[in-house]
Amino acid sequence: MSVDTKTVKKIAGLARIAITDEQAGRVAPELDNIIHWIEMLEEVDTTGVEPMTAVIPNHLRLRDDVVTEGGIRDALMQNAPQGEHGFFTVPKVIE
Amino acid sequence: MSDLTDLGVAAIRDGVRAGSFSACDVADAFIVNVSKAKALNAFLVETPEHAIAAATAADTARAAGETLKALAGVPIGMKDLFCTNGVVTTAASRILEGFVPPYESRVSQNLWDAGAGMLGKLNMDQFAMGSSNETSAFGNVISPWRRANGDTAPLAPGGSSGGSSSAVAARLCPAATGTDTGGSIRQPAAFTGITGIKPTYGRCSRWGTIAFASSLDQAGPMARDVRDCAILLEAMAGFDARDATSLKLDVPQWEAGLSGDLSGKRVGIPKEYRVDGMPAEIEALWQQGIDWMKDAGAEIVEISLPHTKYALPAYYIIAPAEASSNLARYDGVRYGLRDLPEGAGLQDMYAATRAEGFGDEVKRRILIGTYVLSAGFYDAYYTQAQKVRALIARDFEQAFERCDVLLTPTAPSAAFALGEKQADPIAMYLNDVFTVPSSLAGLPAMSVPGGLDKDGLPLGLQIIGRPLDEQGVLNAGLAIEQRAGFVARPGVWW
Amino acid sequence: MTEFRIQGDTGEWEVVVGLEVHAQVTSQAKLFSGAATTFGAEPNTQVSLVDAAMPGMLPVPNMECIRQAVRTGLAIGAQINRWSRFDRKNYFYADLPQGYQISQLYHPLVGEGAIDISLDEKDPDAATKRIGVERIHVEQDAGKLMHDQHPTRSYVDLNRSGVALMEIVSRPDMASPAEAGAYLRKLRAILRYVGSCDGNMEEGSMRADVNVSVRKPGDELGMRTETKNVNSVRFVMAVVEQEARRQVEVIEAGGTIAQETRLYDPDRNETRSMRSKEDAHDYRYFPDPDLLPLELEQAFLDDCLASLPELPDAKRKRYEDLGITPYNAAVLTAEVEAARWFDTLLDAGAKGPAAANWTTSELFGALNRLGKDITESPVSPTQAAELLALVADGTLSGSLAKQVFEVMLETGDAPSTIVEERGLKQTSDTGAIDAVIAQIMAANEDKVADYRGGKDKLFGFFVGQTMKAMGGKANPGVVNDLLKKALG
Ligand SMILES: [Mg+2]
Ligand SMILES: [Zn+2]
Repeated sequence: MSVDTKTVKKIAGLARIAITDEQAGRVAPELDNIIHWIEMLEEVDTTGVEPMTAVIPNHLRLRDDVVTEGGIRDALMQNAPQGEHGFFTVPKVIE
Repeated sequence: MSDLTDLGVAAIRDGVRAGSFSACDVADAFIVNVSKAKALNAFLVETPEHAIAAATAADTARAAGETLKALAGVPIGMKDLFCTNGVVTTAASRILEGFVPPYESRVSQNLWDAGAGMLGKLNMDQFAMGSSNETSAFGNVISPWRRANGDTAPLAPGGSSGGSSSAVAARLCPAATGTDTGGSIRQPAAFTGITGIKPTYGRCSRWGTIAFASSLDQAGPMARDVRDCAILLEAMAGFDARDATSLKLDVPQWEAGLSGDLSGKRVGIPKEYRVDGMPAEIEALWQQGIDWMKDAGAEIVEISLPHTKYALPAYYIIAPAEASSNLARYDGVRYGLRDLPEGAGLQDMYAATRAEGFGDEVKRRILIGTYVLSAGFYDAYYTQAQKVRALIARDFEQAFERCDVLLTPTAPSAAFALGEKQADPIAMYLNDVFTVPSSLAGLPAMSVPGGLDKDGLPLGLQIIGRPLDEQGVLNAGLAIEQRAGFVARPGVWW
Repeated sequence: MTEFRIQGDTGEWEVVVGLEVHAQVTSQAKLFSGAATTFGAEPNTQVSLVDAAMPGMLPVPNMECIRQAVRTGLAIGAQINRWSRFDRKNYFYADLPQGYQISQLYHPLVGEGAIDISLDEKDPDAATKRIGVERIHVEQDAGKLMHDQHPTRSYVDLNRSGVALMEIVSRPDMASPAEAGAYLRKLRAILRYVGSCDGNMEEGSMRADVNVSVRKPGDELGMRTETKNVNSVRFVMAVVEQEARRQVEVIEAGGTIAQETRLYDPDRNETRSMRSKEDAHDYRYFPDPDLLPLELEQAFLDDCLASLPELPDAKRKRYEDLGITPYNAAVLTAEVEAARWFDTLLDAGAKGPAAANWTTSELFGALNRLGKDITESPVSPTQAAELLALVADGTLSGSLAKQVFEVMLETGDAPSTIVEERGLKQTSDTGAIDAVIAQIMAANEDKVADYRGGKDKLFGFFVGQTMKAMGGKANPGVVNDLLKKALG
């Protein structure tokens, strides 16, 4: 695969990072280079190999169903760029 | 009495216990050093009050005849990736500028519980992405080291824990925390002539540590020597029910188990680590390390890790993929920067905020991660990378059937000048060629200083151990330390 | 089942329906955090650091949510995957603090199962149909956005953020609005029996994404649309109907159906394209690296199975085996609370058919009148059993039983007390009854003569007169016997 300006704009859109045409044009060859480099992995024969799931053998522990948290609205909102009446606020979303 | 800032963790701990000096004197001495070292830009936030409070508590406890805690009287530096309650935490990114966590990371809490105090928050590569500390939004960290030839070009302290390595090497703190995703403790330790260990994945809780790549991130100590690392790691590690990947195991007494005698141990030398273009000095140091191992009683075995060359590309799929998702929460809604252009809607706000808040390297990795996970590419990139990762882990498993630890160089070069590798991302990524494979396999690994290159800059040797065998790693590191006699330190120019 | 066809200009069309139901798992705490799940709390008060996606926060799964999803899977005979995994579904929205939803795409907890539906559960002859369930997976709910509080801002409440949901995905096996409705009702009943979801659709505990396509009978599947978050059985049926008709119109007018997400507007009874979310559906799913694979022990599954209650189909069958009519059995098992009430009544010794008749007519009628739910019934199953026993042993006649029941509803007293205090006991005293019969015959000599002359219908007149004179307390059987004797 090769990464061109259009692809960069598309993935920047998916990642919600604003990017100008000029910036995308600059980034594209860089990313293209990196992507080609990582495509070296294609040459590894991985037939019958399971993708790694846990790097160190370990079991997923489950929690008991107990309420242990909550009621910390002020602490949660102390860093909020904007909020009122106990809500975080964002520019109005039209659905 | 010699300068208190020349003392390491064990010496400070023991001295405070013995009453040779007070914890407050120690804290004061380091606070002075920190305040005089602005030129290094190692600290983002200084917290002398925190260090003094912990020192006062230690002195008070001693005066009252109480048993002192494991790290009583020891002031440390805290990498800015650890959330600290009430103290600004930014991961060196604009997007978190001014963020004050209302909670304390588990690792930092463990250290405070052990009696340590905090001198401040340490600069780093933004979101731990970088190998030279040039990606911080708050300026580069400068290594205290300079080339011996009179060249005063500022050198990279390594990264991403560059503030930590610089501060420890410059005696601004006796030890610091680091985090290691693909080498971020070991490479900066090697660059600055200090010691650092990344434990087995799952030893240190990730709770409250800002995530880069969840399946790789591990906290660890950076200090002057192996013993100090053992002491700190004992305090930092431990099971945490709030981290689903935390290992439910008791923390071994690593300090008590230290021994530089490697009789009966086999040390593996992976032949694939002999990479093209590696400087002869590194090659020579590696050979020197092999000789030290033999001298310590170990048997040397040549081993093979056939998938080594695929580790970096696999890492540069997995880590960016995880990062692209982990960093989605920085959206300008609940905390951090918000950039709301005139008339912008929600999605525009996200895009503007993230464009403004993230640095170039962070954006680059988010884009790579987004790309490799995007529709149609997932199996070709991500699944294949996780399969290759399984093969890399299997290589290590097979190697450890024949040896107890592995010895390699830590990095393919000594510290380079700031700016030298910025134009070429892949050249920068190659810095981690020796550290990334063990990260992918979750193995404990450490860097210890071995000597100096022709420019008088430190070079490090890396020990890689079996899962959970931090003791074996520390002991091999100690064997090198005892033989290398590394005492070089940077002259104070700052 | 009944064939549902849409009559278009070009002939008949079939509709194909699949439902993805999001059901809130009944639990105290959220799926990955210890914050509470109670409905209707003050904004952002049931939010943990994890739910707000603060930096460095990590998910730890709630065992109860896993257990409830497994029990639900077992209840529909589904395969339980002992190895499953959580994936991240990445997208940006203000109700999604992490920027991803933790869900299960590649390896869901529950695999293939099925639900049997009947278009009319109360009709034993109604055709039944098996609807396949492809999978059930566990995932996080999002927060809530409010758009009408401020002229230029939307408000974000994260109380629901991280609440556990089961997504129950059916096969496209339904072919009419009625089948879709029957499936949703049946699923809801099963969830409520199992106790894994309260089924409260008004509070959003259950909502359905309705996938609809149309085709000419026998053709390949057509392109489908997905109408999101439909929150009642009636609306689901309406969506199927409206969407199928719309699609037929579009196709017959020469258009094509776009695979898209739509919304249902109940006020206008129509579906609409959700243009604001046209974001190229590229969710970049990958395994959540903060979590390990979920591996379940056989013992855990055994415990889940052992904890399952009797389910609607089995219960209905058992009731029918007791001689209860299929209609009554269906009525009694439709809601878990009613079935529970009725089972307690049976446990207290009531006989099936009589108890079923009484419950479905007398009790349900009374509750209906009082506007009360079965859980608020003023009469307990034990009291009802006592009342039915008094009827069975002849102490009370049917009409006396009704009188006693009315008093029970008002006072909550035990039936025996009421009978005692108010002297409502039925009498079988033949002497007293004979005396009354003699009086009535003496006063109606003409009718006695007519009866004896062959006018059999007059027997009812004598029974009525006798009962009336006895104040309704005479045992009807005894009255019959004695009258027959006296009239000859
Ligand atoms: Mg859906
Ligand atoms: Zn869903």
